[in-house]
Amino acid sequence: MQLLLRSLSYAGTLPRQSARFMEQCYVIGYTTLPIVAILSFFIGSVLALQAGYSLQDFGSMQFIGSLVGLSMARELGPMMVSILLAGRVGSAITAELASMKVYQEVDALVTMNIPPARMLVLPRLAAVLFMMPVLTIIANIIGWYGGAIVCKYTGFISLDPQAYFATLRHYMKFKDVGDGLCKAEVFGFVVVLVCCNIGLNTRGGPREIGAAVTRAVVVSLILILVLDYFVTKVLI
Amino acid sequence: MACDKKPEPAHDKLEQPPAVGVSVEGLGKSYGDLEVFKDISFKVDPGEIFVLMGPSGSGKSVLLRQIVGLETPTAGGVTIDGHDAASEATREHVRLGLVFQAGALFNSLSVYDNLALYPREHRLGTEKDIRGKVMHALEILSLGNVAEKFPSDLSGGMKKRVAIARALVMQPQLLLYDEPTSELDPVMSATIDEIIATLKNEYHVTSIVVSHDRDLALNIADQVGILMDGRLIHIGPPADLHHPTVQGSAE
Repeated sequence: MQLLLRSLSYAGTLPRQSARFMEQCYVIGYTTLPIVAILSFFIGSVLALQAGYSLQDFGSMQFIGSLVGLSMARELGPMMVSILLAGRVGSAITAELASMKVYQEVDALVTMNIPPARMLVLPRLAAVLFMMPVLTIIANIIGWYGGAIVCKYTGFISLDPQAYFATLRHYMKFKDVGDGLCKAEVFGFVVVLVCCNIGLNTRGGPREIGAAVTRAVVVSLILILVLDYFVTKVLI
Repeated sequence: MACDKKPEPAHDKLEQPPAVGVSVEGLGKSYGDLEVFKDISFKVDPGEIFVLMGPSGSGKSVLLRQIVGLETPTAGGVTIDGHDAASEATREHVRLGLVFQAGALFNSLSVYDNLALYPREHRLGTEKDIRGKVMHALEILSLGNVAEKFPSDLSGGMKKRVAIARALVMQPQLLLYDEPTSELDPVMSATIDEIIATLKNEYHVTSIVVSHDRDLALNIADQVGILMDGRLIHIGPPADLHHPTVQGSAE
């Protein structure tokens, strides 16, 4: 909480840290995009497959579109992007900040009167707030198309993409997508804050850097799952 | 890596702020049951060079960290120019630099960007001004050809020199050095001694130097302190190092 308040107190310096903000957007957004795309495609595909298998006895194949659409938008899109963020970006943030701390780079910043919260944490928090909705929307869209392709080319489903997207559009509201984006923002913000905090509080040597990375990822994953329940409860 | 330039600090573009004094009163530091030192008291006047000597593990570097406010003492306190060193406000008022023993360079930045970070962050001049100051500081330390390299490409001694150049660019009022001449050849060590002395003589910078180097203490110190077994056992002029009792402790 202290790190959050300190970082936010420097929010006014963000415009002149635009280069750092852009760099973090690149790291958080662009470099994470390929794996988000691949995983969301297959999550959408598996969802469609499982839904088709479950609904075939009820003759309700046309509802697969709404099922995949709502599941991706409300739950799986933000959750998957956040988990990937923790594993891929959060671990890298912790490793970088922990090694900066262990090798006294953070101390050097402090003696130069350059607050680490301003230079190292604030641009990352701003970048994750900016990139999480973008990544989540892309994940949702790719997941929906993954489901549509599986529905068309799987023998026992054989659902036309037009029918699939018609139910998806019919049963999904803007609020469903909005709720998912809210979740993504909360999860992403918490992941980056936790990873920065653990990195900046690392003491010791190389072994402690490794331990800090493991701790950051585990804490982030637990927090994502716990927060998911509470945020969902608030949003429903 | 000989350096034949006269060491002129890179302070020609901006006005040097006045020097500050340091007062250490009854300072003690423990980590749990491990007592590093206790009841350390000394005073460094503005523009003075204080050299702190002592065997490895005697707590010299820990003492430096207390003085710059990186760690909180368990007893006593440090004031810099009348401000509590542990307070963040002190760093707002006093421009202080610390040359870390291992350099503590930012590995993700080039040498040039390492030096330019402080003036950029504190908006001390235009990019052209900053470039002039950075290149000048690099030239003093014979590092003009490594500006675009990264710290990982440098030897230990070069990293140390870059760290000193980075401190010069800051135009500090108080500059602390943690073993500034370790890993340096004798010629470069002599150059570093000259730079520390020039900063005092021409720019009135207060310096606290932790070193094992007896020659450095004899050449540039105004006061020498000897830290042993967690106690400051002697403070006095460098000439005291010739005294048999003090000489034995210093060695």
